[in-house]
Amino acid sequence: MNTYPTLKKFVPQGRYTLMAAPFLWLGIFFLLPFLFVAKISVAEGALAIPPYTALIEWLDGVLNIRVSFYNFQWLLDDPLYIQAYWNSIKMAFWSTVYCLLIGYPMAYAIAKAPKDKQTVLLLLVLLPSWTSFLIRVYAWMGLLKNNGLINNALMWLGVINEPIQMLNTNFAVYIGVVYSYLPFMVLPLYANLVKHDNSLLEAAADLGAGHIKRFFTVTFPLSMNGVIAGSMLVFIPVVGEYVIPELLGGTETIMIGKVLWQEFFNNRDWPVASALALIMVLILLVPIGLFHRIQNKEGGL
Amino acid sequence: MPQRFSFSRLMFWVGIAFLYVPMLVLVVYSFNESRLVTVWAGFSGKWYVELFQDQQIMTAVWRSLQIAFLSASAAVVLAILGSLIMVRHRNFKGRTLFSGMITAPLVMPDVIIGLSMLLLFVAMGQMIGWPENRGMLTVWIAHTTFCLAYSTVVISSRLREMDRSLEEASLDLGANQIRTFFQVTLPIIAPAIVSAWLLSFTLSLDDVVIASFVTGPGATTLPIEVFSSVRLGVTPKINALATLIIAAVSLVAIGSWYLTKRMNDRVSAQLATS
Repeated sequence: MNTYPTLKKFVPQGRYTLMAAPFLWLGIFFLLPFLFVAKISVAEGALAIPPYTALIEWLDGVLNIRVSFYNFQWLLDDPLYIQAYWNSIKMAFWSTVYCLLIGYPMAYAIAKAPKDKQTVLLLLVLLPSWTSFLIRVYAWMGLLKNNGLINNALMWLGVINEPIQMLNTNFAVYIGVVYSYLPFMVLPLYANLVKHDNSLLEAAADLGAGHIKRFFTVTFPLSMNGVIAGSMLVFIPVVGEYVIPELLGGTETIMIGKVLWQEFFNNRDWPVASALALIMVLILLVPIGLFHRIQNKEGGL
Repeated sequence: MPQRFSFSRLMFWVGIAFLYVPMLVLVVYSFNESRLVTVWAGFSGKWYVELFQDQQIMTAVWRSLQIAFLSASAAVVLAILGSLIMVRHRNFKGRTLFSGMITAPLVMPDVIIGLSMLLLFVAMGQMIGWPENRGMLTVWIAHTTFCLAYSTVVISSRLREMDRSLEEASLDLGANQIRTFFQVTLPIIAPAIVSAWLLSFTLSLDDVVIASFVTGPGATTLPIEVFSSVRLGVTPKINALATLIIAAVSLVAIGSWYLTKRMNDRVSAQLATS
C-alpha cells in the first residue's frame, strides 16, 4: 500500500474527478475547437474531404509544415468582407440602442410595480423568448411582405396606394433583431433596477431634485452594470447573426454571419470561413471580456 | 405608488404589444382556409391535418424532442457539478478560465460555435476515428455544451443564495457529504434545476444554426426542416406548427412558474414554522 506516496497527489481523487467533468467537457468541446478554427484558417482550400490542406505533412521523409496567410490577405483585399464586418458592427450597435430605448422603460416599469406582480410581468416579457426564435422571425415575414398584413392594412386605410417594400430590407432586419433580442435586454436591466435602494431617491427628492433629474443623476448611473450587461447580450450575438438577415434581409444586408455561412455551405471554402470566424472572435473579444467582468461583478458567476 | 400616468408603464404595455401581436397573427392565420397566408378565407383546421400527415416534419419533431431531452439532462447534471465548483471553491487554479468558458457561450454567435465544433468533430474523426460521422450524437454534444453554460448560470445563482447552515447542520448530525448533498442541497436547489432543464430543453429545440453545421445525413432536426421551408416563403403549415409550439411553451412556462412559486412558498413556510 502506498508504495508511491507522492503519486497519490497526481492521481485524481474520486470527488475531484467528478467535479472536473464540466471543466473537461467545456475545455474539449468549447475551447479546443477554436484551435482548429485557427489551424484551418491558415490552411488552403482543396478539392478533398475535408476540403482543406493538411498543416503538417510527412512527405518523402521530409516534415512539411504549411502555413498560409493567403486567406487573411484575401479577406483584407476584398472590400466585400470589410464591408460585411463594418455593416454587422453598425447594425448590432443600432439594434442595441433601440433595444435599450424600448427595454429600459419596460424594465423600469417592472421594477417599480408592486412586489407580488413583478414575477408575472417579467414572465410576460420572457415568455416569447422561450417559443421558437425561428418562428418569431418567421412571423414578421407574413407581416412585412408586400401583400402582407401591414401593407394591406395601410392600403385599406388609404394611407398608401402602392405597397411599401419592407421585407428584404435593413429595416426588416432591425425589426427582427429588436423583436428577438428585447427580452435579453430587459432581464439584466430588471435584475439591476430591482436591487436599487429607494432611500437614495428619497434623499435626492428631499434635496429638491425633480423626477427627471432624480432619474438621470441617481437611477441611471446606478443601473450602468445592467445597461452594459444587457447591451452586450444583444450586441455580441447580433454581430454574428445569421437567421434574421437571411430571412428578413435583402441583397443590401451584408452581414458577416451570412457571408460566413455562404463561404462554408455554398462555396465549401472551409479555410476562408475559418479565417472569417477567427477575425470575428478577435473583434468580439473585448465585448465578451466586458460582459464576463460585469457578469462576475453582478454576482452572476 | 399612486396610479398616475407613467411613461415607463405605457412603454411596458407598448413593448408587450410589440412582442405578442405578431405571434397572435401567426396563430390566427394558422386557422385560415386559404393557402395565401394574408387573405382570410374562413375558419379551417386543415393545415393541422396536413401538418400531422407530413411524415418528414413528424420524424424531425420526434428526433428534435429526443435530442432536446438528452441534451438538457446531460447539461443539467454537468451544470450541477460546475455550479458546485464555481460557488464552493472560490480559489482554484483555472477558475478564471472555467468561468470564462461558462460566460462565453452565452453570447458567442451561433455561426462561430457551429463552425468550430464541426471542425473539431472532423479533426477528431480523422485523428482518433471518433465521431465516425456526424449525426444525432454530434448534435447532442453541441447542444449539451451550450446548454451547460446556461444551466450553470441558473443553478449557481440559486446555490449561492442558499443557506449553508442547513448543510452544516446535516453534517453535524452525522450525515456524510454525499447524503447531505442528496437530502439537503439537492432539494433546495431543485427549482433552479427544473428551470435550467426547461431552459436547456427549449434552447436545444430551437437551435437551427449550430445543428446545421454539426448534423449529418439522416439527422435533420425540426428547426432545420422549418428553416428550409420558411426560406422559400410563408406557408400555412408552418403557422400551424408555430401555433402548437407557442401553445406548448406557454403551458409549460406557466405550469412551471406556478410549481416553482408553490415550491418556494412551501420552503419559506417551512422555514418560518421551524
